[in-house]
Amino acid sequence: MEIFQYEFMRNAIIAAVLVNITCGIVGTYVVIKKLVFISGGISHAAFGGIGLGYFLGINPIVAAVPFSLLSAITIGLISKRSKLSEDAAIGIIWAAGMAMGIIFINLTPGYAPDLFSYLFGNILTIPVSDLYIMLILDSIIILIIVLFFKEFYAVSFDEEFSTVIGIPNRIIYLTLLCMVALSVVILIRIVGIILVIALLTIPSSICRQFTYNIKKLIISSILTGVVLTIAGLWISYLLNLASGATIIILLAVVFFVSFFAKKIFLSFKFF
Amino acid sequence: MKNDILVDLKNINFYYGEIPVLEDVNFSIKRNDFIAIIGPNGGGKTTLLKIMLGLLKPDSGTVRVFGKGPKDGRKSIGYLPQNISFDLNFPINVFDMVIMGRYRGPIKKYSENDVKSVLNALETVGMLEYKNRHISMLSAGQLQRILIARAIAREPELLLLDEPMSSVDPETQRSIYELFLELNKKMAVVFVTHDIGAISVYIDRVLCLNRKLFYHGPKEGSLGKLEEAYSCPVEILAHGIPHRVLGRHKK
Repeated sequence: MEIFQYEFMRNAIIAAVLVNITCGIVGTYVVIKKLVFISGGISHAAFGGIGLGYFLGINPIVAAVPFSLLSAITIGLISKRSKLSEDAAIGIIWAAGMAMGIIFINLTPGYAPDLFSYLFGNILTIPVSDLYIMLILDSIIILIIVLFFKEFYAVSFDEEFSTVIGIPNRIIYLTLLCMVALSVVILIRIVGIILVIALLTIPSSICRQFTYNIKKLIISSILTGVVLTIAGLWISYLLNLASGATIIILLAVVFFVSFFAKKIFLSFKFF
Repeated sequence: MKNDILVDLKNINFYYGEIPVLEDVNFSIKRNDFIAIIGPNGGGKTTLLKIMLGLLKPDSGTVRVFGKGPKDGRKSIGYLPQNISFDLNFPINVFDMVIMGRYRGPIKKYSENDVKSVLNALETVGMLEYKNRHISMLSAGQLQRILIARAIAREPELLLLDEPMSSVDPETQRSIYELFLELNKKMAVVFVTHDIGAISVYIDRVLCLNRKLFYHGPKEGSLGKLEEAYSCPVEILAHGIPHRVLGRHKK
């Protein structure tokens, strides 16, 4: 296993663990509360924040944090308060965020270095400073979920009943969207804006077929994500392919294999 | 005396856009009431319940729930919604769903007392043996009982039930009525139905709601002419209590 001798590989593996902790937790809620399309909108809108970072000359990841939080809250408020349907609100924020990113990069003099890595991600070029940002965001997400587990669970399950029993439904929902926004920021470095949605949804979708217990679902999603991310990284190293895309192809393959394996297993059971 | 009125609605008007749904509705619920609200589809029954729960805000009129605004007062209400508003594939089993009814605030963990109340509620609706079952593996009638358990696990002072008899077979309906009657010793029970045949002899008051509210007191018995609320002749089959008639609506 000579690949683990390199520092960038060690960083990549630490990043794989950190990122999948977030994905396992937030991704579970994304899947069970059907927030996949919202998450797609938030992740694409985050490109506006990346552009802003270039324009202001600061770390684009840092600039993406407030930007994606803002777009998450905007999507949440528009879709709940107005007569505009939720998917229309998502589509608008999705496109407007990306357009702003392009304008900001236009306005920035000179060539935008490694812009490509924000679009498609590169787990092998993660600087240590980004690992610290991931660690902080991970801690925030874990803290919020542990403290308000009952609230998130109840609101994800049945919004009307949660309201009646006194849970501040809207605040919890917006907090959930903000956590999606934070995870998107963490994920951009690994798989890029375009592929964020995969790491957020596929591990939980795989595990969801096998458990009805939310805590087991979260933990198994984290483990599945870590194993498949590192395996995908290794395959990409062996075959000399783009790491982000290889990881996602592997996730998708495992999803389809598990899906059909379960079907076949069930059909045997009922004969 | 001061606590005798649980819910008090005064001069409630409610519109969906331009369409009037409730017009000048005055209504109060007292401790230990057992009330049925009947009326045609679109008559405003669910709207009335949602106003009491603070889920909808009336265009005019005042709502007092346990002497407070509905958003503060509703914590003492157990609620059974008409339509399930959740995904049956959600990762949750019967026990975890019912214990949500015991929610009292953030950070606080569910206590042993909460667990006991949940098991009691499940026993009351006859679903204790299903406590570890996933909700997708229940029949519609079983799910209805679980929803009732979730409402009563709260040990509320008032139970609001929106179409509790839907998707329940007649045999089970009977046992659910008896259950409500038993619960009525401890809490006020108000239920909504469009199924007039479902009204039993136990009800204290029958209210007919079709935009306006019409009262029928306890002495009138239970069933009868409801033409005015329904604005068309209504025929009713009342098993065991034929020919009893409610009084005409007073203008």
